[in-house]
Amino acid sequence: MKAVVVGCGRVGSAVAKGLVAHGWQVTAVDQNEDALMRLGADWPGGFVIGHGMDTRVLEEAGVTEADAAVVATNGDNTNLVIGQVLQKRYEIGTVVVRVLDPARAAFYAERGLNTVCPTQTAISVLLDTVRSGAPAPSRAG
Amino acid sequence: MYVVVAGGGKVGANSTRSLLEMGHEVTMIEQRPDRFAVLEGEFGEIVMRGDATEISVLERAGIARPPELLLAVTGDDEDNLVIAQIGKEGYRVEKAIARVNDPRNQQHFELLGIKQTVCATTSILGLVEHEVPEHGLVRLLQLQEEGLEIVEVQIEPNSPVAGSRVAGIRVPEGSRLISVFRHGRTELVDDKTVLRPGDQVLAMVQNDTALDLRKVLLGSK
Repeated sequence: MKAVVVGCGRVGSAVAKGLVAHGWQVTAVDQNEDALMRLGADWPGGFVIGHGMDTRVLEEAGVTEADAAVVATNGDNTNLVIGQVLQKRYEIGTVVVRVLDPARAAFYAERGLNTVCPTQTAISVLLDTVRSGAPAPSRAG
Repeated sequence: MYVVVAGGGKVGANSTRSLLEMGHEVTMIEQRPDRFAVLEGEFGEIVMRGDATEISVLERAGIARPPELLLAVTGDDEDNLVIAQIGKEGYRVEKAIARVNDPRNQQHFELLGIKQTVCATTSILGLVEHEVPEHGLVRLLQLQEEGLEIVEVQIEPNSPVAGSRVAGIRVPEGSRLISVFRHGRTELVDDKTVLRPGDQVLAMVQNDTALDLRKVLLGSK
């Protein structure tokens, strides 16, 4: 299976490495050449330097044959647009988009985009933890 | 009408100024504190500070009324696309016009359903293409100071106005047909004059409306 990861920061690079570990063929895309270092010295996948809004960059990364794409640049709106382009123009089956703003994540999720919102996850986990009155790990342990 | 202007750069500020002069109600959104301060000084309380791609900010600006027109004119194409999408899809804004900063992104706007876009680069290139060569339009005289220009247009057989009476032709504001040269004779134009293929029409145009006039007389090709 082939995947393209757009945005190779902390999240993107970890997802890319995780997919490779599970046997995927992965190409990462980032504007910044230094992002390649996050993938490690023995990175077996592809790496394309460029902006994910640029269709030539996306095509060089193999979006026309990809089974899945993960979009996790540092801009919510950039991710939302690239995610929709990958879904509608390149018809990639699984497209996951990282969106930090919960409201926008929900808005686009209602319209058929697979958004993941770490902020919302953090809010939920924090709330649940406080509400359930879980003791501190040190005391529990 | 009610207009929400997202982005207070040159395009947003000038659009807002013109819309207000025309008597429209405007709310403008600008994120940068320095720009916001300047805009607030000029426009007062109609300027809001915030990120126009945040739904709560758009709601405070009255996106749910909804406005008759939404202008997404920030300097960032992704932002403009998201603003226009939220307005159109989330709040049934009928008319959203988005600014495209990089012409290569135009395709994304079209793909994602934002059909009304303005791209300065594309417009300028379009003008350049129209100017050289100028199909069917000859600029005879330019009076810089007066802002006037005398142009000549030759009516073609497939021109939309061939066979039309001058009274029925809607020439752009600021332009006037002066005379028609046909069969070696010049006639001054009046309302009863009928334009025919082969006619060479002299016109006076104000403030660069020559291309608009050409479009009316020859169609948009």
